[in-house]
Amino acid sequence: MSVTAPAVGAIRARTAGLLALAVAAVVAGRLLLGLGGGALYWLCVLAGWGAAAALVSSLARLADRDRSWGRAAALAAPLVFGATLLLLWEAVVRGADIPPVLLPPPSMIFARLISSPEILWADFRQTFLKSVLIGYALGCGAAFLTALAIARSDFLQRGLLPVGNFVAALPIVGVAPIMVMWFGFDWPSKAAVVVVMVFFPMLVNTVEGLKAADRMQRDLMRTWAATPRQELWRLRLPMAAPFIFNGLKIASTLALIGAIVAEFFGTPVVGMGFRISTEVGRMNVDMVWAEIAVAAVAGSAFYGLVSLLERSITFWHPSQRR
Amino acid sequence: MTLPRSVLPVATVVAAIVAVWYLAAVALNMPWERDQAARAGTEVAFLDRAAGTMAQERPVLPAPHQVVAEIWKTTAEQKITSKRSLVYHGWITLSATLLGFVFGTALGMLLAVGIVHSRAMDLSIMPWVIASQTIPILALAPMIIVVLNAVGLKGLIPKALISTYLSFFPVVVGMVKGLRSPDRIQLDLMRTWSASGSQTFRKLRWPAATPYLFASLKIAAAASLVGAIVGEMPTGAVAGLGARLLAGSYYGQTIQIWAALFAAAALAAALVAAIDLAGRVTLARMGFGR
Repeated sequence: MSVTAPAVGAIRARTAGLLALAVAAVVAGRLLLGLGGGALYWLCVLAGWGAAAALVSSLARLADRDRSWGRAAALAAPLVFGATLLLLWEAVVRGADIPPVLLPPPSMIFARLISSPEILWADFRQTFLKSVLIGYALGCGAAFLTALAIARSDFLQRGLLPVGNFVAALPIVGVAPIMVMWFGFDWPSKAAVVVVMVFFPMLVNTVEGLKAADRMQRDLMRTWAATPRQELWRLRLPMAAPFIFNGLKIASTLALIGAIVAEFFGTPVVGMGFRISTEVGRMNVDMVWAEIAVAAVAGSAFYGLVSLLERSITFWHPSQRR
Repeated sequence: MTLPRSVLPVATVVAAIVAVWYLAAVALNMPWERDQAARAGTEVAFLDRAAGTMAQERPVLPAPHQVVAEIWKTTAEQKITSKRSLVYHGWITLSATLLGFVFGTALGMLLAVGIVHSRAMDLSIMPWVIASQTIPILALAPMIIVVLNAVGLKGLIPKALISTYLSFFPVVVGMVKGLRSPDRIQLDLMRTWSASGSQTFRKLRWPAATPYLFASLKIAAAASLVGAIVGEMPTGAVAGLGARLLAGSYYGQTIQIWAALFAAAALAAALVAAIDLAGRVTLARMGFGR
């Protein structure tokens, strides 16, 4: 370690220097923009970009070598990358005077985000809390119960798995207009689309998972005279958990997409998909982006929540070990 | 008999689905028949009413044979260039799908190669690639289309870009896994032969990643089709399977919606089957499974 110790110190110093350089470029760029932009401004933007890129690769090296700051550096690298993207977006839009109707700068989207929370909250409640969550729970629950029901029949499994795999690859969002016709304009029709979308991926994954327990383990359960119910609870379900969570994660992103797209086919005057399609028509692009930001945060949080649950329940699985 | 073991179960399941569909069609279309009979003031026998549910103009749920008839009418009995032809609309969707699929695959491969070879890209980009899929891109579809239209990009490209966004993700994930699949020991062997970085890539990593590539291409093709269909909706239902869906929902033409859905399903199945075949042939020639 005595050989690498000075190297780590040097990389730390370089990282700090690059960070200072990137921040300085942002500040200088902001000042130059106030003076009217020009060639110097773009030079500054380029310099900032270069400093940020060097910073990321320097952070990556730190993440591998530094014992005390390594984890912080590994966490910082994607954050710096994301911040760079946002700042570049802002810099280019403002520097090149791109009309906000085409592409609003992030600061304008953020301003809209904090200035109209009531509308965003109402849309979020309609789309996410009603359509997505209810549809997700119903669809995944139904798929889970169906999988349990057919788990005992080899014949049904061999028949349903190929069909389920086929249906899971189909463009199911297409049923949205049919569901809107059947269940009306309000959230039940969106929840129905979500149910149909999440059902088959969840079914296929759960059925695969219930088959994960191998012959030896099942024989062992039998030597202990385990009842079918005990075998299910103590062996099959725990073995199936990683597969089930895989299905739940896939379904979590599908659910949000399904609900938003279904709203393009008719809604009451509230909902994220409704807002997006009408505000596009009225050229209020910042509102559209604000809705998208909300959707992105909600989608990521939903996915993250399922991942956390997975980690706490399947902590024993090799893929969860650190 | 050399029938695959799964033929009988699959046939049973499909037959069960069709049977349930017919029953559902009778149940769902019955109220309208009853209503018609009541309005005409006549008493119609149950069996006649049940027969009536099979042949409505705008049924709540069209019976399977009505959908099949509609598909036959709009494919075989129309000129391919006609706007009433499903082949015409299917081709428009397919061309956007393929373009987006090619873009997405190329982008996904480039990103995967970068991620495998650069620790900085691995650390900084990979989390965003995953996060990008939790963003409901389809929500962005109307805006992407409108904005690109304003810039002057029309027709195929905007739809293809949505397909690209949906299809690059499975390729990145699969290719990163595949390019990393060679064992330590194989990489060490390459080093003992003093192979350069590009030689290791061409002769070890790339071939090792091929099976992973084809597995993710199948997912990417299906995702790409979804992107193209949704991309066709906000343009005001001009052409394509997505436009057929939207037009059908505007005018209550349920049979047309179901026919478009089935065409989309057939397209997805054909794409996946083509990639599967290409994968099998390629892998067999490369010596996998020998």
